[in-house]
Amino acid sequence: MLINKQSDILPSEITAKEAFENRRTLIKAAGASLLTASGIFTGLVSGSVKAATGRQKINAYAKSKYSTDEKLTPYDDVTSYNNYYEFGTSKTDPSIESRLFKPTPWTVSIEGAVKKNKKIGIEDIYKLTPLEERIYRMRCVEGWSMVIPWVGFPLAKLIQWAEPTANAKYVEFTSLSDDLMMPGQRMNVLDWPYVEGLRMDEAMNPLTLLAVGLYGEMLPNQNGAPMRLVVPWKYGFKGAKAIVKIRFTETMPKTAWMKAGPNEYGFYANVNPTVDHPRWTQSSERRIGGGLFSPRIKTQMFNGYAEQVGQLYSGMDLIKNF
Amino acid sequence: MSDKYIKSLILYIKLLVFLLSLIPLFRLIYLGFNDALGANPIEFVERSTGTWALVFLMLTLSMTPIRQWSGINSFIQFRRMLGLFMFFYACLHIISYLWLDHSFNLNEIFKDIIKHPYVLVGFTAFLLLIPLAITSTKAMMKRLGGRWKLLHRLIYLIGLLAVLHFLWLVKKDLTEPLVYASIFFSLIALRFIYKYRTHFKLSLVRR
Repeated sequence: MLINKQSDILPSEITAKEAFENRRTLIKAAGASLLTASGIFTGLVSGSVKAATGRQKINAYAKSKYSTDEKLTPYDDVTSYNNYYEFGTSKTDPSIESRLFKPTPWTVSIEGAVKKNKKIGIEDIYKLTPLEERIYRMRCVEGWSMVIPWVGFPLAKLIQWAEPTANAKYVEFTSLSDDLMMPGQRMNVLDWPYVEGLRMDEAMNPLTLLAVGLYGEMLPNQNGAPMRLVVPWKYGFKGAKAIVKIRFTETMPKTAWMKAGPNEYGFYANVNPTVDHPRWTQSSERRIGGGLFSPRIKTQMFNGYAEQVGQLYSGMDLIKNF
Repeated sequence: MSDKYIKSLILYIKLLVFLLSLIPLFRLIYLGFNDALGANPIEFVERSTGTWALVFLMLTLSMTPIRQWSGINSFIQFRRMLGLFMFFYACLHIISYLWLDHSFNLNEIFKDIIKHPYVLVGFTAFLLLIPLAITSTKAMMKRLGGRWKLLHRLIYLIGLLAVLHFLWLVKKDLTEPLVYASIFFSLIALRFIYKYRTHFKLSLVRR
């Protein structure tokens, strides 16, 4: 039996979906700022907030010949020890402060030296090309490293779709600027938004990855959801997170870290054990997950990817172009 | 209050301060055994012991101004213990650096020290602490006489180096090292103001 009962709510009284979502965002953001304000107490409430963020499996992805067979850094370490200043400057801040971050809906705009400016939704990016698992070493400029099973696709595939013109010599990546959802941006530790860049041939290299997941799951917020750059032969800071804009340029982009410390952070930032940083030894590194008594390991040229990328820099002075 | 009563009271407070000062160590041991030192436990231990050495440095430097401004001379009796706890945590700090971080690889350690300014100033500060710790006993005080005070003025240089060590170590967010720097300079300033307080008063009277 079908009951066709007249609703007693007027259609005009029903909250529009966008307005409703907007309200939710504001409420969440208010919650997030409360969490920030009570920084030291976040540990106490974290348990209840944790329940709100779900982990989501990625259904299909292929294995890749570019993967290393080294021991993976445990999931908990990969997702709790992060440099992501948009969510705070301590390593443990991002996993706490990003819990209310909303990676969907998400649009990436393609600009600059391209046939036509375009926008693409994250769900269309997922369908652009088959996803792959790439197990890469990641070396941070601070002297620690991880082995992370990313899920993503070669940046080259997106660049082909973007149709850059002959003037495109560099690619610039811009991360989200939103101090409501990214409380770390309320502090001027960097010139927001975060900007990174690659030379065109670096961007087209088959190793250069746009990651949308790790450990077979959707990318956690603290690791750069919904999409981040992974350039395994460069220091970790080159991997722009939460990318909203990809711009093709004729001149070398000015990156956030170059602005912050031009003597410390160069445009290339290739992992190089022979070029030292004023603060950190670059000849060796600490592999995360080894415990209290594990020795450091030797850092390899181009983080061990010299065979694939060495030719990109032939004839270049890597001390000058650090 | 009798002298005897005050003496035993100070003894009890000393015991309490001693036990409280060991909490950071026991916390590390507890976290270590419960696998709760985070993703980078070595960094955690280095940071924690370094921070506590700095905190005890500030506490040591606070005793004189507190004594001066409160007029309660007993505070000075805690200075040595706090100073030695600073040395204790500085030792743990440097052991975790030499052993846990660099597995006593002396070649690498030497390179690390001379190449990186923050390591160099930190290491220098530690070396300067050694003579102060050695000469901290009553017997040494007596033996050195006036020179003891002169030697122990090194603590101001050590404080400066320790603050620089923290400041230069930090990548971008200078908030925390600046807090310690401002506490350090305030403690120095309080000494100067106390020393020249009569001048300040005189100038007030003249007006």
